[in-house]
Amino acid sequence: MTGYTTVIGLEVHVQLGTESKLFSPAPVAALGAPNTRVHHVDIGLPGVLPRPNLRAIELATRAALAIGGEIQLYSEFARKHYFYPDLPKGYQISQFDLPLALGGSVPIGTNRTCRIHRLHVEEDAGKLTHSAIGTLVDLNRAGVALAEIVSEPDIRDPREAHTFLRHLREVIRFAGVSDCDMELGSMRCDANISLMPVGSDTFGTKVELKNLNSIKMVQRALEYEERRQTAMLAGGGKVISETRGWHDEIGESRSMRSKENAPDYRYLPDPDLPPLVVDEAFIAAQRAQIGELPQQRRDRYQEAYGLSGQDVTALAQDRKVGDYFETAVAAGADAKAACNWLIEDLLPALRTRHLDLDTSPITPSALAELLALLADKTLTQKTSRLVFEHLLSSVVSPKQAIADLGLGRIADPAELQPLVNEAIAEKPEAARAVAEGKDRAIDALKGLVMRKTRGRADPEVLDSLLRTTIAGNS
Amino acid sequence: MSTLPLTATALSQAIRQGDITASDVAKDCLARIASIDGKVSAFCETFTQRITEQAAALDNRKQAGEVLGALAGVPIASKDNLLVANQTISAGSRMLSTFRGPFTATSLARLEDQDAMLLGRTNMDEFGMGSTTETSAWQKTRNPFGDNLVPGGSSGGSAVAVSADMCPIAIGSDTGGSVRQPAALCGVSGLKPTYGRVPRYGLIAYASSLDCVGAIARTAEDLALWLDCASGQDPADATSLPTPPTVAQLLQERSDLKGVRIGVPRALNGEGIDEEVLAATQATTAHMQELGATIVECDLPSAKHAVPAYYLLATAEAASNLARYDGVHYGWRAANNDSSRQSSIETTTQTRSEGFGSEVQLRILLGTFASSYGYSAQFYDRARMARRALQHEFQATFKQCDALLCPTSPTAAPQLGDSEDDPLARYLWDALTVPASLAGIPALSIPCGNTNDGRPIGVQLMAPHHQDGRLLQLAHVFQAHSEHHLRRPQL
Repeated sequence: MTGYTTVIGLEVHVQLGTESKLFSPAPVAALGAPNTRVHHVDIGLPGVLPRPNLRAIELATRAALAIGGEIQLYSEFARKHYFYPDLPKGYQISQFDLPLALGGSVPIGTNRTCRIHRLHVEEDAGKLTHSAIGTLVDLNRAGVALAEIVSEPDIRDPREAHTFLRHLREVIRFAGVSDCDMELGSMRCDANISLMPVGSDTFGTKVELKNLNSIKMVQRALEYEERRQTAMLAGGGKVISETRGWHDEIGESRSMRSKENAPDYRYLPDPDLPPLVVDEAFIAAQRAQIGELPQQRRDRYQEAYGLSGQDVTALAQDRKVGDYFETAVAAGADAKAACNWLIEDLLPALRTRHLDLDTSPITPSALAELLALLADKTLTQKTSRLVFEHLLSSVVSPKQAIADLGLGRIADPAELQPLVNEAIAEKPEAARAVAEGKDRAIDALKGLVMRKTRGRADPEVLDSLLRTTIAGNS
Repeated sequence: MSTLPLTATALSQAIRQGDITASDVAKDCLARIASIDGKVSAFCETFTQRITEQAAALDNRKQAGEVLGALAGVPIASKDNLLVANQTISAGSRMLSTFRGPFTATSLARLEDQDAMLLGRTNMDEFGMGSTTETSAWQKTRNPFGDNLVPGGSSGGSAVAVSADMCPIAIGSDTGGSVRQPAALCGVSGLKPTYGRVPRYGLIAYASSLDCVGAIARTAEDLALWLDCASGQDPADATSLPTPPTVAQLLQERSDLKGVRIGVPRALNGEGIDEEVLAATQATTAHMQELGATIVECDLPSAKHAVPAYYLLATAEAASNLARYDGVHYGWRAANNDSSRQSSIETTTQTRSEGFGSEVQLRILLGTFASSYGYSAQFYDRARMARRALQHEFQATFKQCDALLCPTSPTAAPQLGDSEDDPLARYLWDALTVPASLAGIPALSIPCGNTNDGRPIGVQLMAPHHQDGRLLQLAHVFQAHSEHHLRRPQL
């Protein structure tokens, strides 16, 4: 349609979920007053040396394996040099010509995948805040462990970039590597985009996009850039090799710097760090830690529980959701019921309470118990909701909750008979209508009894009691 | 009685036996420095309060019946590039004129663990970049063997502190010869251990793949005592080696050199070396032969590439290691008259132009060039290849011999100011010490004579990786049968 083919490559930074930094014992924390999560090593004081965090290497290895990358038995840390106030050593420790992993792929659509070029480990920089009194430096983030995942330029459409990031995030989360929250910065993405005439095999001049703070923003920025470059080329202009920052609030990108002024990073093998040597046993151990990936889990759920495609997608969205589901089923819950309650009730309820499954007041076995009480008719649909709400706000078992709330089901006709009589006395026209064969009028009487019992009346017992009473009266 | 002529070995023994107190030793040292350091300027600063308190604490523990450590009450000076908690440590640079150590370097903390006392920090070439201690931002240190002679460098202050009897052991660092060469020029013994044997944590880096913490003493025996206390793996230094067995006992194992094969590489024993130095080296070889050693002629052809390879690698690493001095977080910061208009890169540039001396700036520029895009393949990468070739040659040569011998320095100590004009000539001066640095092997320098005008001459011995103990054993046997190391300067 436009006469141009879009070529997109992504560079994704994933914060590895370690407790301490990549090369220092300082704790990693999203919060904390500026410069309180800082060790001598992070400030780059004279005389300090980096000490590698094995946990970071383990997590990076898992990330690479999860996307099908090949772990390199020998890799090397290198120094990437540039002067900037958020970079205390004047260089960033990264990997250059010998990265931790090569290859892999991420699905980007039906029968479409994007190849991964490489995955390497590196440390994060600090954060600058520009204020009236000058530029302030916070080194809490400096030295935090990152994995950088670089794709091949296989993406042809901004929507594919969106799909790429969703799949990547899902897999990385599943592998237990990172929470991949773009808003919080634990996943960051830069995008390279160029256009070439349809049929050409020579890439055009590429532009790098930064400040992409959500997956949707990545897509929007790429769509904008696609239009901008198309217009430029169609008008006989030339695309300049540059870095552009995305401004989502106005829906435009602005030039940040020309690539011609790009610094010479003078990569140097870091002489403070021995080569990173791993063996097959290490790789196998990391592979074992990843366990099942989302697609495998979806297939298994469909097979084992006969759940719908929609259900298994919802369950496999996050490792914790599936794990919770499986624990509940193992505790005796019906798979379909457990899935419905988990997806439609528990997760939204936890979200509004700012909780997650780890901190859920309702454990998988409690959910299983609740479902069992519902199945054996101790609870009605209605009372089960009340028990559920009660469980969310207090740590008790469902049985205890029923007792707390006085929600024991009333199935004893002797107990219900006075309430049935009251209802018929209050709504004689309804009773008459039932007697005349207008069956649906019975619902009004049922509702009345239910209100009086706060939903505790056994629907079946109530139904027959109402009918026999009305029949007896007339 | 003055305690100062005693070796560290004798001193610690006397203190453990209760013959003398640590406080007496500390007082003697401080008095000696007060009376003569004005002539030689070895110290930037003495840790007077620290050592006085440390000595009193040691004496109290001794009185309470505690058994003190292997370095009990031994006063030890340390180079101005090894961090000492709460003391100013400047690496000889204006850049760090106000920098205080937030902790004590592992290599010094281990000495304190053995009850040594840190005496003060000694003068050095700025960031270790120099061979005469003249590039220090603070003062010119003088060789005690002659008023106008340089002490060598970069650990010149440490060599002078031992040579002038201000302390029995002084710690230095050796990147391309910075312990061995000043030891040779000042008539004392200096050891550069196997790379990684003594941890670098707390050593202000010059060139990380070459930097070694070393020591200067009057005897090989004291160097062995020091090495056993300072060696061993450090979790804070990823390049440190697993803790090796101790070496001191090796020194008692032999009294001659029977069966020892000493290689004399032609490349390091001829061209560019002064006649008097060569003669003293040859006399040493002959003496060792008399003691039973077999002398093996050998070659080390890659040694001719050692100086260019060393200067490319060392400066490339230095340019990287010194990038942290940008005036943002600590250290010198250029006065900023108009911060609103000055960019951070301008402030950084000005800070570095003011904070670094000219030799440091020269080496940063060289290193930046050697590692820059388009040039690194031609310079930096080729230097790494030359380094590997040299390492292989050393390995092959050590199949024919147990140790290698050559002069430590091509000349005895020159006059102050002599070497200031021509950097290339200065760099060639390191030709005999940089090969062992590039190979990462242990090497030491011991006195082996003097020139007609009385300047000390040192001989260098090198051994295979991890053979630091064998090296000290050789030196110890030689010192048991010679008196070169006993000659003291007249001050």
